[in-house]
Amino acid sequence: MANKLTRAVAGVQEWFNYRTPGLLPAYRKHMSEYWAPKNFNLWYYFGSLALLVLVNQIVTGIFLTMNFKPSAAEAFASVEYIMRDVEWGWLIRYMHSTGASAFFIVVYLHMFRGLLYGSAQKPRELVWILGMLIYLVLMAEAFMGYVLPWGQMSFWGAKVIISLFGAIPMIGDTLVEWIMGDYLPADATLNRFFALHVIALPLVLLLLVVLHIAALHEVGSNNPDGVDIKKTKDARGRPLDGIAFHPYYTVKDIFGCLFFLTICAFVLFFEPTFGGWFLEHDNFVAANKLVTPEHIKPVWYYTPYYAMLRVVPDKLFGVLTMFGAIAILFFVPWLDRSPVKSYRYRGWMSKVLLGLFAFSFVWLGKIGAGPGTDPVETIVGRVLTLYYFAFFFTMPFWTAADATKQVPERVTMHD
Amino acid sequence: MANEGVNHGRRRFLTATTAVVGGVGAISAAVPFIKYWLPSARAKTAGAPVQQDISKIEEGQMIITEWRGQPVWVVRRSKAQLDALKSQDSRLRDPKSENADQQPKFAQNEYRSIKPELLVMVGVCTHLGCSPKFHGEIKPEPFDAEWKGGFFCPCHKSRFDMAGRVYQGVPAPTNLKVPPYTFADGDKTLIIGVMPEGAA
Amino acid sequence: MIKQAMTKLGLATVVALVAASPLALASSGGAALKPANTRVDNVASLQRGAHLYFNYCIGCHSIEFMRYSRIGEDLKLTEDQVMKNLNFTGGKYGETIHSSMPAADAARWFGKAPPDLSLEARAKGPDWIYNYLKSFYVDPARPVGWNNTVFPGASMPNVLWELQGVQHATFEPKEKKQESCSGEGEGCKNGQREVEHCKDGTTEIDGKCLVHLEVSTPGKLSAQEYDEAARDLTAFLQYVAEPAALKRQSIGVWVVLYLAFFTFLAWLLKKEYWKDVH
Repeated sequence: MANKLTRAVAGVQEWFNYRTPGLLPAYRKHMSEYWAPKNFNLWYYFGSLALLVLVNQIVTGIFLTMNFKPSAAEAFASVEYIMRDVEWGWLIRYMHSTGASAFFIVVYLHMFRGLLYGSAQKPRELVWILGMLIYLVLMAEAFMGYVLPWGQMSFWGAKVIISLFGAIPMIGDTLVEWIMGDYLPADATLNRFFALHVIALPLVLLLLVVLHIAALHEVGSNNPDGVDIKKTKDARGRPLDGIAFHPYYTVKDIFGCLFFLTICAFVLFFEPTFGGWFLEHDNFVAANKLVTPEHIKPVWYYTPYYAMLRVVPDKLFGVLTMFGAIAILFFVPWLDRSPVKSYRYRGWMSKVLLGLFAFSFVWLGKIGAGPGTDPVETIVGRVLTLYYFAFFFTMPFWTAADATKQVPERVTMHD
Repeated sequence: MANEGVNHGRRRFLTATTAVVGGVGAISAAVPFIKYWLPSARAKTAGAPVQQDISKIEEGQMIITEWRGQPVWVVRRSKAQLDALKSQDSRLRDPKSENADQQPKFAQNEYRSIKPELLVMVGVCTHLGCSPKFHGEIKPEPFDAEWKGGFFCPCHKSRFDMAGRVYQGVPAPTNLKVPPYTFADGDKTLIIGVMPEGAA
Repeated sequence: MIKQAMTKLGLATVVALVAASPLALASSGGAALKPANTRVDNVASLQRGAHLYFNYCIGCHSIEFMRYSRIGEDLKLTEDQVMKNLNFTGGKYGETIHSSMPAADAARWFGKAPPDLSLEARAKGPDWIYNYLKSFYVDPARPVGWNNTVFPGASMPNVLWELQGVQHATFEPKEKKQESCSGEGEGCKNGQREVEHCKDGTTEIDGKCLVHLEVSTPGKLSAQEYDEAARDLTAFLQYVAEPAALKRQSIGVWVVLYLAFFTFLAWLLKKEYWKDVH
């Protein structure tokens, strides 16, 4: 019986392999014979978690479009319609809104992992660049998604963020009107953002994600020791410190995904607005173009950049600072000149500066989420912004100058 | 990697258990997504039972009302129209209304109605969903020389008698549908969408 | 049991993470808010709140996203009970809930149309609503004769006055005080400047200092009973703002338990496979 079944499965497999060139080799290359370093730690879960959230966003997003009305007159009510009148609509909407914040949490941790273990260094420059493009598109995607419910924060957030483009000399004002298709965020704006949010940007995201993974699998994964596992191979040409992605990392990532889902479910079912951080209080008021909410700020994942924008007392320079802060991340592969990859083998200077960087990014986020009226906070924000840029601009010097420890030949296991 | 000493039984058991538990979870997770397509509270309200005053319908007259977005005909049939029904049996596909999908049990009778004179019918042709026209008079018609009153569908020429029963030789496969209905206010009001008391 | 524990844990997590956060719902220019302590899973409280809402509020404030049928279903009321005791505006059972006042008239009478309250509890928070309901006082300077310490300048009269009684507020003017300052500050002379402030124990509201609120003419309810009534009404609005909350929490318990078990199983599986890795 079991024998027959096995033979039937094998038969079907063979049928497909014969007719679809590349399927089996692809499976081998990316799963069963992708040799991943065996010493991945906690930080290495966030890549697969990001993939999981991406799938969640696409599936729940498709279902939301079935009842959402992308028009200024109907959008707000249609979201409440989903939340109340449609069977299980509330669950699917909360999955999407919680997923949006979860996406940025795992992406930020995933990016920090890259800084921590020198993952952007040669030969993984392209992997990093593609990842940064994903981050950039993700921010655009999330921004447009946030506009769709057409609440007060949607409307005024759209107004403020689109106005940033008005800082560009000469063409600024025309550009702003072109983006909105009106003189303020209006029906046309909502409608085009909907098209971009549900079709255009997801396609771009998917393509970039495929390229990101393909580029990674071409050069192989880095690891917490920064050891190149391809240097020590066995007789069959397999890295001694590598293990097959499938089954070892598939079972490990399944565990990671479930652990993560448990936390997400807890938030979704018991605190879906997360105290106003995931779904903001003011966004439960329909957009009103005549009344600005008392306290305008973007959702938490943009607030570090928003803080930078606000502490700079000049419109054009503020906008440049904000976009510059993102742009500079693209250059990390060439700014990091340390002879070793992982922070484990770097000197105290790198560790302290990186720690301060993470700290200042979070603090900037806190400032950006605040009302921005405290003059002391503005000064703190300026210092942190300066530090943010100084961290990257001086990176070539301190990474090269910092003491390093001897990197071992083989990876080390920590439990 | 050393494969010696692997407990294959335990490994298979854990893999299978995880797969089963995961499968149960996947199926449960699919339920909300499937139910998401059911009629919403708004659709259900729009599809709620409707009331219709029928005290002013005269003999031979038809009024059209709406229930769940579909036309519902209410006709007060004359004695002549009722008497003519029996004579048509041999020309019909389903004279005894044996197809149970097309009417509630209470209308599986000669007149396909609760009260013989009062016909309540979903006005949608069972062929492809057009709404047939009412030709109540007993007189020869271009489409039927022996017409005893009934409904004629302009789309594909299907014919139905004064009880909504389909004639032979037309594209419509079944009799017109009778909706669930009942009466209130001493029979002055017709409620469409509710079964009469005591009926299943 | 578990449900409440989880809800509490959820709240505690957020409070811990977001302690003293700028996102905390602030009463803009009004008095500090006391906690409403509502229980949305207390059906009796919601029923009493619904009664109050449909007797005192629906005249002006619609709840357009809510349906009578949904209230019946969630609050365990029959269609008859809902239609007889709650529905005074003549809508059908499955329909959404309108107010009995045409919006245009409302705008003429009050300066602006009274807002729909479907989402009020999510926009302002239950504490705000609870305190607002308790903070009306007689103010002849206002067009409708009432003012509110939580929302100074509110254009709404206290419709619950026959329950609460007539409340008066005692204000005192701000005190002047010398304060040291740095040389360049505004109005700074010889390192000193004069500032106005409210004495300890008073709250600044709209440029004045509130000493206390006092019910001068008692209403039908005692102070404690009125607190309960305000709490019920707040709970009802909280329910109206998110009717799915009841279902959300009861399902959530099972989802989290299932996922925790599944995670444990996956951990065993991972450990089993990783025995190969040395």
